[in-house]
Amino acid sequence: MSNRVVNILVPVISVILGLLVGAIVMLVSGYDPVQGYAALWNGIFGDTYAIGETIRQITPYLLAGLSVAFAFRTGLFNIGVEGQLLVGWFAAAYVGIAFDLPMYIHLPFAIIAAALAGALWAFIPGLLKAKLQVHEVIVTIMMNYIALHTTNALIKVVSDGGDNTGTINATASLKSAFFESITDYSRLHYGIFIALAMVLLMWFLLEKTTTGYELKAVGFNKHASEYAGMNVNKNIILSMVISGAFAGLAGAMEALGTFQYANVKGGFTGIGFDGIAVALLGANTPLGVIFGAVLFGSLKYGALNMPNEAGIPVEIVSIVIAIIIFFVACGYVIRYFLEKANKKKEAK
Amino acid sequence: MSFLDVLYFIIPSAIFYAAPLIFVAIGGVFSERSGVINIGLEGLMVMGAFIGILFNLMFIDTFGAMTPWVSLIAAMVVSGLFSVMHAVASISFRADQTISGVAINMLGVAIALFSVKMIYDKGQTDYIQQRFIRFDIPLLSDIPIIGPMLFKDVYGTSILAIGVAVLAWFVIYKTPFGLRLRAVGEHPMAADTMGVNVTKMRYIAVILSGALAGLGGAVYSQSISGEFSHTTINGQGFMALAAMIFGKWHPLGALGAALFFGFAQALSIVGGQIPYVDQVPTYFLHILPYALTILAVAGFIGKAHAPKASGIPYIKGKR
Repeated sequence: MSNRVVNILVPVISVILGLLVGAIVMLVSGYDPVQGYAALWNGIFGDTYAIGETIRQITPYLLAGLSVAFAFRTGLFNIGVEGQLLVGWFAAAYVGIAFDLPMYIHLPFAIIAAALAGALWAFIPGLLKAKLQVHEVIVTIMMNYIALHTTNALIKVVSDGGDNTGTINATASLKSAFFESITDYSRLHYGIFIALAMVLLMWFLLEKTTTGYELKAVGFNKHASEYAGMNVNKNIILSMVISGAFAGLAGAMEALGTFQYANVKGGFTGIGFDGIAVALLGANTPLGVIFGAVLFGSLKYGALNMPNEAGIPVEIVSIVIAIIIFFVACGYVIRYFLEKANKKKEAK
Repeated sequence: MSFLDVLYFIIPSAIFYAAPLIFVAIGGVFSERSGVINIGLEGLMVMGAFIGILFNLMFIDTFGAMTPWVSLIAAMVVSGLFSVMHAVASISFRADQTISGVAINMLGVAIALFSVKMIYDKGQTDYIQQRFIRFDIPLLSDIPIIGPMLFKDVYGTSILAIGVAVLAWFVIYKTPFGLRLRAVGEHPMAADTMGVNVTKMRYIAVILSGALAGLGGAVYSQSISGEFSHTTINGQGFMALAAMIFGKWHPLGALGAALFFGFAQALSIVGGQIPYVDQVPTYFLHILPYALTILAVAGFIGKAHAPKASGIPYIKGKR
């Protein structure tokens, strides 16, 4: 078995094991797994509305996944996607309500504001990592909470003490009348094209540019890169900033597409943390992120149908996703067994 | 309100909010000192909070007034068992410890909420009847000034929290077990050469951290929230992680940091009733613990170093 096949087999086996564990959990708790997964299937593909909403859910997952994956390629673990997404969400919504501009200026302006806000939020951990060798995991976790409280406070300021910014101007909206008409008025919006364009951009950046080569080189071996004359610190900061920009865009998708507003939140959206799962399953490659986002976005949206149709709490899907992450993280063991099975075959 | 009145008011509530953080932060100290990063503290704490409430509601008739205390033990056992998953992944299966911790966090919340919906058919549990109760410590509470500040209306769990922190300091710094624990976290190969079982030490440390996180969660849910829902813990585990780092991976440091974070939380909740403090927007009090932690790890508040081998799986025979 070639290395490539093993690399693809590990996530596939993890997904199967995750779904299997989910089925066992349902059985043990007295639910019918067949009925449960059927409800999940219908929740994803049941009708055109469900399909539209599923793709809508996949959109921010693509960007959150890209964000985590991009930082990973430079050897950085960006747990702060959640916070970067929240500041991006607020920035896009603020630009959306505060300005009155023609669409061809307003919409790009709102999107870029979100990307910049996310980039700024990621710049701080990047800078601390580069200059003071502070571990980015700790700083990004703390930045998540600061983002949550900051955006909540800002929304209160913008809305004069209320907990919602109000609907953004139509000129900043990603809403699509065409998508609405073909998907039975789901909230599917043009953001999916932005997300897919970003996948392409990440591939281009990493595979076709000198900058991308340097970023990857720093991820593989910091010291070797330094001796080769690359500026390691600059690359660390750049990687975090680009990663944060992707996360900020994920926030823009929610602000300009799905919800059309920003509101005070009691807790995190979870998209940022699911982005870790997306990136991990996709082995931090652009193409892999597409597969990961499609899988987890579908699972997450489809799960909403499970309580209605099968009486099973939606959290079953979070359990499945967590188990999948767990198995991918334990890839060493899966590889070990695959190699063992392979050797046995060769011996025969 | 005079200054003393303010202190009588704020110090007990600071300790009250700090108690759960202390348990969880001490749990973090054990795990990280052995060289295993435990970001899963949040998930383990959620599990403890849920089990504490569940056990309390189910066995109230059996144990009566002792129910909250028995629930603590139940929560410790369940979270301890739950943390075995993190231990197996990060010690035996050589998984990335941060990712395994993320999985534990997601799983803890998911399992707890799944069970709540299955058992109660709604998003939250009922309120518990038997909470932890406050009492005055005889004699000590009669001391002027300090008495009403520290020994009046105290919770047994707060005393236990401070006791656990001191005990952890003793275990980690004054016993052979603690020496081995630290050695395994700093230089596992050297420890292995000297005959210390690295794998065993790390398993013990991670399970201890799970049990302590569960204890902290159950204390939180049974003294502060009184029920369990998806917002019950909401970042307390991460704040405990912050306290551990702010306390520089030292049990007493973590105790101090947790007390300080408890103080900040108390201020953000009851600050509106205190003169001058009510002028400060609660926003600043909310972000204070997190901002301070960033400053601490950045080295602006003294140098803080993580144990050398933390985050690196130990593979025998590898240089």
